[in-house]
Amino acid sequence: MSAVLFLVIAALTVLGAFTVVVARSPVYSALGLVGTLFLIAVLFLSLDAQLLGFLQIIVYAGAIVVLFLFVIMLLNLQAELETLSAPGLVAAAALGGLALAGLVAFGVVRTPLGAPALADGFGNTVPVAELLFTTYLLPFELTSVLLLVAIIGAVVIGKKRLA
Amino acid sequence: MLADFLIDVVRVVFIILLAVQIVAFGGFFERKISALIQDRIGANRASIFGFAGMGLVNTLVADPIKWLLKEDVRITGTDRLLHFWAPVVSLVMALVPFAVVPFGNELVIGDRHINLQAAPLGVGVLYVLAMVSLGVYGIVLGGWASNNRWALLGSVRGSAQMISYEIAMGLALVGAVLVYGTLDLQEMVHAQGQLIGGWLPAWGILYQPLGFILFFVGGVAESKRTPFDLPESESELIAGYFTEYSGAKHFMFFMADFVEVVLVSALVTTLYFGGWQIPYLAPDGFHVPGGGVVAVAPLLVTILGVVAFTLKMLFFTVLQIILRWTLPRFRYDQLMRLGWQGLLPIALANVVVTAGLLLWLGGHA
Repeated sequence: MSAVLFLVIAALTVLGAFTVVVARSPVYSALGLVGTLFLIAVLFLSLDAQLLGFLQIIVYAGAIVVLFLFVIMLLNLQAELETLSAPGLVAAAALGGLALAGLVAFGVVRTPLGAPALADGFGNTVPVAELLFTTYLLPFELTSVLLLVAIIGAVVIGKKRLA
Repeated sequence: MLADFLIDVVRVVFIILLAVQIVAFGGFFERKISALIQDRIGANRASIFGFAGMGLVNTLVADPIKWLLKEDVRITGTDRLLHFWAPVVSLVMALVPFAVVPFGNELVIGDRHINLQAAPLGVGVLYVLAMVSLGVYGIVLGGWASNNRWALLGSVRGSAQMISYEIAMGLALVGAVLVYGTLDLQEMVHAQGQLIGGWLPAWGILYQPLGFILFFVGGVAESKRTPFDLPESESELIAGYFTEYSGAKHFMFFMADFVEVVLVSALVTTLYFGGWQIPYLAPDGFHVPGGGVVAVAPLLVTILGVVAFTLKMLFFTVLQIILRWTLPRFRYDQLMRLGWQGLLPIALANVVVTAGLLLWLGGHA
């Protein structure tokens, strides 16, 4: 992909992320998140990682954010009337943001520039599946256990409300 | 270079027009079939020069023009931006999955081999699921932006229904993917060109009968028409998520639903009914079982394939219309029970049994 296209999509992605934070209406925030996730999927596609790109759209943009919107609508959240002003929260958010920025900078600095090129089609179904079910089998299965725990937790909380 | 570009344009335009044409004819069939089912004549008020068949012209031309030119009522208190974009998102996300649907075999013109599929994508099945799942936003935003409680209720129902049935649909697709060993729809159709035991076409329905039923039911639910029309549900919610829509925007919502009907037909045809394959028709002609070949020109074979695909698609569109006018609407708890306690466990069992059988028999179909 040409550098120009990358820059345009990257700029739009950052714009979407910015919308999530600054939008006054929670619905527009959620839509900004959809846009960001969709554009990141486009970046994945441009890197030949088709499987990852479409899974990202199915799971995040197509399901998780829909549930966010669902909650926003059912609670009938209107544009925020008061700004978040608790000093503890602002300080914690700033600290978390700085830590994340530091981590990303650390990762970027440590990446060697002349890394060897990846094989063609490394992001397609077969190579990813092979890695997932051989080298990374244990982490993969542990992640699924983690998700199962989360599901059971959701069911328990839901049942408690009913009783 | 220019020729390649033109071929791309023609492929894209062809499949979109094919889909939209079936939508238009489907609208006419819907009137005629519903009339037949309800024991009336139907769509007979446009006999031009005394010819009642002109009802077709009425539905194909006059109806859309009238609909598109109706006043676009703008209600105060709506979110203008989202109110405008919601139907657009709905329609676009219903149309784009057709890009990976193969509508014919390779077309050979001179030394050029043209794959009759607008976008030959290695992960075609995932692409379809991704685009269909994005279609939910049209419904969610349409109802919310309308600032109307009935519309919002319709949106909430619609999004819950679509997410629930997408899961069963996706799992039903896993069975088909296991059998064919690929995510590419064109390769799946090629795999269905073989014959079992020399006489039975190896169509997907023979390997995945349960998968077909699950996918079809999930697909009908995705298109939000009776018996799954709870998001619209005119007897309870006025018109659900498009209550506050009129004119061209309403037309887009209506069309998006019908495009989804055609999309489900196209996918069912491709996955379970051989796509553009015609039994016993190989690239060099008809191979009659038990010996003997009737030669057919290669170009004619390709054209016959496109015609076969269109007819199969039309068949499933008509089947869905008949379903719509035959079954009453579900109650909401019935809908959820069918999705989560009916389709989902059966789909999971289908995946496990299919995978087990493939392991036992060793390899793909």
